[in-house]
Amino acid sequence: MRQITLSQAVNEALAEEMRRDERVFIIGEDVAEAGTPFKVLSGLVEEFGTARVVDTPIAEPGFMGLAVGAAMTGTRPVVDLMFGDFIYLIMDQLCNQAAKTHYMSGGKLNVPLVLRTNLGATRRSAAQHSQSLHALVAHIPGLKVAMPSSAYEAKGLMKTAIRDDNPVVIFEDKLMYNDKAPVPEEEFLIPFGAANIKREGRDITLIGTSSMVQVCEAAADLLAQEGISAEVIDPRTIVPLDEATLLASARKTSRVIVVDEGHQSYGVTGEIASRINEQAFYHLDAPVLRMGAMDVPVPFSPALEDITVPTPEGVAAQARKLMAGEMIHAAE
Amino acid sequence: MTKKTNTEDYLRMYRQMVRIRTFEDNANKLYLSAKMPGLTHMYSGEEAVAVGICEALKVTDKITSTHRGHGHCVAKGAAFREMFCELLGKEEGYCRGKGGSMHIADQSNGNLGANAIVGGSMGIATGAAFTARLLGKEDVTVCFFGDGATAQGLMYEVMNMAALWHLPVIYACENNGYSEYTRTEEIAAGSICARAEAFGIEAHQVDGQDVLAVNALTRTLVERARKGEGPFFLELMTYRYHGHHVGDINREYYRSKDEEKDWKDNRDPIIRFRSWLVEEGIAGEDEIEAMNEEIKADATAAVEYALAARYPDVSEVDMHVYTDVTHALARSPA
Repeated sequence: MRQITLSQAVNEALAEEMRRDERVFIIGEDVAEAGTPFKVLSGLVEEFGTARVVDTPIAEPGFMGLAVGAAMTGTRPVVDLMFGDFIYLIMDQLCNQAAKTHYMSGGKLNVPLVLRTNLGATRRSAAQHSQSLHALVAHIPGLKVAMPSSAYEAKGLMKTAIRDDNPVVIFEDKLMYNDKAPVPEEEFLIPFGAANIKREGRDITLIGTSSMVQVCEAAADLLAQEGISAEVIDPRTIVPLDEATLLASARKTSRVIVVDEGHQSYGVTGEIASRINEQAFYHLDAPVLRMGAMDVPVPFSPALEDITVPTPEGVAAQARKLMAGEMIHAAE
Repeated sequence: MTKKTNTEDYLRMYRQMVRIRTFEDNANKLYLSAKMPGLTHMYSGEEAVAVGICEALKVTDKITSTHRGHGHCVAKGAAFREMFCELLGKEEGYCRGKGGSMHIADQSNGNLGANAIVGGSMGIATGAAFTARLLGKEDVTVCFFGDGATAQGLMYEVMNMAALWHLPVIYACENNGYSEYTRTEEIAAGSICARAEAFGIEAHQVDGQDVLAVNALTRTLVERARKGEGPFFLELMTYRYHGHHVGDINREYYRSKDEEKDWKDNRDPIIRFRSWLVEEGIAGEDEIEAMNEEIKADATAAVEYALAARYPDVSEVDMHVYTDVTHALARSPA
């Protein structure tokens, strides 16, 4: 199968959906001729014109609010938020308006909108351009949240998101734009709420989101050398969450580590760990462990930044402790 | 326009203004007698704004509304029964009781909804205008907001984009003199119209108690907006008779009773328009009184209906969270 970058995969998904449905348009800062700072959208304005690939002023709440109104009245906007960190700027329009409109109107109004943005540290961009803020929006009922872990997921999830009648937020890892993965030439979609078992295993389950799937796979490689068989699962969407697949794996292996690049406290790792504890407690041989990003603003210095996010070595080390039974009395 | 059509238009404008006033009188009574959950914000006194503007719109044109939104909702064509049901949280309300007074929406008449975030709908209105342009529709959108909302940054972000792209949107600032419990001159520096003009947007200040003036100006601007000459900005000078909300009873610390009395006695939009209808021979006193009584009876019947109506079944609590999931909290089989 051909290999393309995550960036090309997103670009293809958007182009295919824009050809299929003339109501789809892209709006955001420097999305047209510039094709975004990451060049993900290069070439789209040449095909679809400036009416459908719309450059805006630097006014995130403004274009987000505009997109909500456009979605409510019959179009399907894809909002480009240049950095996930800017999500704080659009919180009212995303969480008070887009997320609640369908509910508050008793089901009469829809907001079929995609917000594509990014996450991920270790790009040396410091605290305001490196955050992974998906937990903030996953907390809000009415929003769906997709977290592609490779070019394949990036394409399939984007196409599903555009066809969804609800507001969907997609977080791409900005360090993965140039990573290649096998992506079929023919059209495909990836349904929401369907986790992917990336690797089957027997002894321990590693649940990872976005680029943490790669971290979990690398950790599984390390563990395999020691005879530990790790199962790696990518939920692909955290809202909706495929609990059934996660629980089945937890019951099978009896040990689970949840790895995510958001801050660990009050985050995605805690939520998934709780659901497993609540529903698979008697199948567990050890506490479910959380591994998120350190609860500090992302530092600039490489010496500091690199230690704030989970690594394959770190995940493997925690897995060994779980296997050895060392964590059972961790609370003492 | 023939004289006959004009007469119908005038009588309809009068009727709609009285319907708003009557609706609000009943809503206030429901609050004061503790029959309504929560609280609400009265539109009384501002009727000529909503009616003058909405009578210049087609059903397919869109509006966005505010926390003080009953007037916009009625003026855009909503029915009493579904509105009172919504205010009381009943199943037959416009939003099945999920929105209430501050979120009432009536998409069948182009009302995209009231908004409880001050200034929160400015992006939505601008986006509705964007849709019209992208899909080649003739729709014009009117964004209602108060003088208080002119302090929100979102307004300037979206006016900038609307002006750059000539979107068919009319920003209608209802300047009722007060931003909650604070006089507008204490929160708004300079001229409100000049802020729009700074973006190259044509702005008009108009007497918001004169329904004919509001309507005539809006008709012109709506037609121009349809032709791509928008956006436009209106500052409608008006007054709210009640407090910020129904519970804001003792308000002399921010405005005097004399001031309220002056507006009610001398500038009331309904009294003024009624006198004009009679003077011009468009309607007789008897005819007007009969209309008033008919509207009162309609409202009474709608209130009684709503009070007796059913609440939504508790199973609806997790419905309408997502379009494609009937019950959002139903867990997948474990």
